[in-house]
Amino acid sequence: MNQSLTQTTTPVKQSVWKSFLKSNWIGLVPFFAFIFFFLLLPSTNLLFKSFQDLNGNLTLSNYAVMQNPYVIKAYSVSLQVSVITSVVGGVFGFFVAYAITIGNTPRWMRSFLMTFSGLAANFGGVPLAFSYIATLGRTGFLTAILKGICYTDAAGLEVCPFNPYDNGFNLYSMTGLVLAYTYFQFPLMVLTITPALEGLKKEWREASQNLGASPWQYWRDVALPILAPSILGATLLLFGSAFGAYATAYALTGGSIYLITIVIAQQIRGDVLNNPYEGYALAVGMIIIMGITILAYTALQRRTTRWLKS
Amino acid sequence: MKKSRFDLWSIFWAVAALLYFFVPLYGTLDFSLRMKKGEISLLAYELVFSDPQFLRSFQYSTVMGIISVTISILIFVPTVYWLYLKLPKARPLVEIITILPFVIPVIVYVYGINTTFSRAPLRLTSNTFTSDILMIGGYVILSMPYMYRAIDVGMRTIDVRTLTEAAQSMGANWVQILTNVIFPNLRIAILSGSLICFATVIGELILGDFLIRPALGPYMAAVGRDKAFEPAALAIISYALTWASLGLIQYFSRGGTSQQQLTGR
Repeated sequence: MNQSLTQTTTPVKQSVWKSFLKSNWIGLVPFFAFIFFFLLLPSTNLLFKSFQDLNGNLTLSNYAVMQNPYVIKAYSVSLQVSVITSVVGGVFGFFVAYAITIGNTPRWMRSFLMTFSGLAANFGGVPLAFSYIATLGRTGFLTAILKGICYTDAAGLEVCPFNPYDNGFNLYSMTGLVLAYTYFQFPLMVLTITPALEGLKKEWREASQNLGASPWQYWRDVALPILAPSILGATLLLFGSAFGAYATAYALTGGSIYLITIVIAQQIRGDVLNNPYEGYALAVGMIIIMGITILAYTALQRRTTRWLKS
Repeated sequence: MKKSRFDLWSIFWAVAALLYFFVPLYGTLDFSLRMKKGEISLLAYELVFSDPQFLRSFQYSTVMGIISVTISILIFVPTVYWLYLKLPKARPLVEIITILPFVIPVIVYVYGINTTFSRAPLRLTSNTFTSDILMIGGYVILSMPYMYRAIDVGMRTIDVRTLTEAAQSMGANWVQILTNVIFPNLRIAILSGSLICFATVIGELILGDFLIRPALGPYMAAVGRDKAFEPAALAIISYALTWASLGLIQYFSRGGTSQQQLTGR
């Protein structure tokens, strides 16, 4: 009944078609047609065009765009933001996940933080940027509170030491972007790392205690090595989620932070590179980085599920 | 003694997380209520709701959301059903395809759409109807990882083969099997997939912005560029909408935290 696709080697053309119609693959035609038209066609089109010159000849010269100083800058700013937010969000998220799994926190806090992480990890884009402007912008809620903490010094002058904007803070900068990204990054870490932390067996801790290990030794020699692939995998996921992000940065800084996604947006709007084909090469570069990231994440995740099941 | 030290350590991080979650939310709410100097008012909200452009973009995105959800269900339920019933060997392939939207950043995807469909032979971006088709296709693709996974998880819990054979022996045809047997059994999975798809459509900026359609995301970005208090009110409204959707999912699929969204940023 199934497996009839193997018959497609029949020499007569008509019977190939017939056997396809009879085969089970026919049921997937709507799905593949949709995927082809709306996903594969647009993305492979970028890929093919990145290897073409203005006359349609095959070339690698578009990839010389990677030596363009603006492009190098944009890639490095994007990488910087992604690495910083995935490490900051990863460490923060790890401790929060620790607190709600192994640590002794009140029950309501656990379920509440878990639910809220599920919501906040889905968070982002324009509204998130608005929230940060309303909170930490020049007239924001938290800025006003921090500004208001004042005292009169010995000379009778009023000093307000906590005004963030007097201390070099600026929301519309890299710092602001890191703060905003962390809002969805650390909950994503909580969601991805919690199953691994829950999988740490009590017996391992008891066994190491019986052998005289301190909590620090238990974490260094037992728990962290076991968790390492999960932590690395989750951090990669965070990296990918920050690297591809555009809307938050766009709404927060209006494009003044030179991320690679912002450059691509400018390229779509008005060909800032003066060569549409170089734009395609830029986009393919992003897909390659994301592809490697997600591939590594999947491989590490698979390793984790293996020991979680056993 | 040692134990209580660890408690404090945990509580410190839990409280830090709670603060990180709530300070920006409270800040937004507070800011959105302070449009009239020196008093609390709903003026910003009144202005938002009385803006005809808001109503238009809200209506547009809602309609787009409903159409996208419907098409998404019509594509993925029969596909996953077929995969379980007839073609399990193709499941890994389809699974890989469905996570591709994670690999292709939204801005790059829209770049591809724009490049492919704005010139001959497939000039689709030049009129509003075909642009809307591209928008819907894009929304379905962007929410595909969640929709597929939700339905896949749901399908795993029911015995597809037995149900199908039982329905067939009573003389049901394929359409009847799908609508009367499979859909009702998957309603929770379909509902959670639909809500996340809907939330994606409501929050999406990039597709509407670059295909120049009047969706909610581009409208909000435009308001953010030249107003001060309305954006805060809009943010609160948008949270209410998306979180109602996502809250419903959490309610219906208790404990299931396997759905993580990466799009919409």
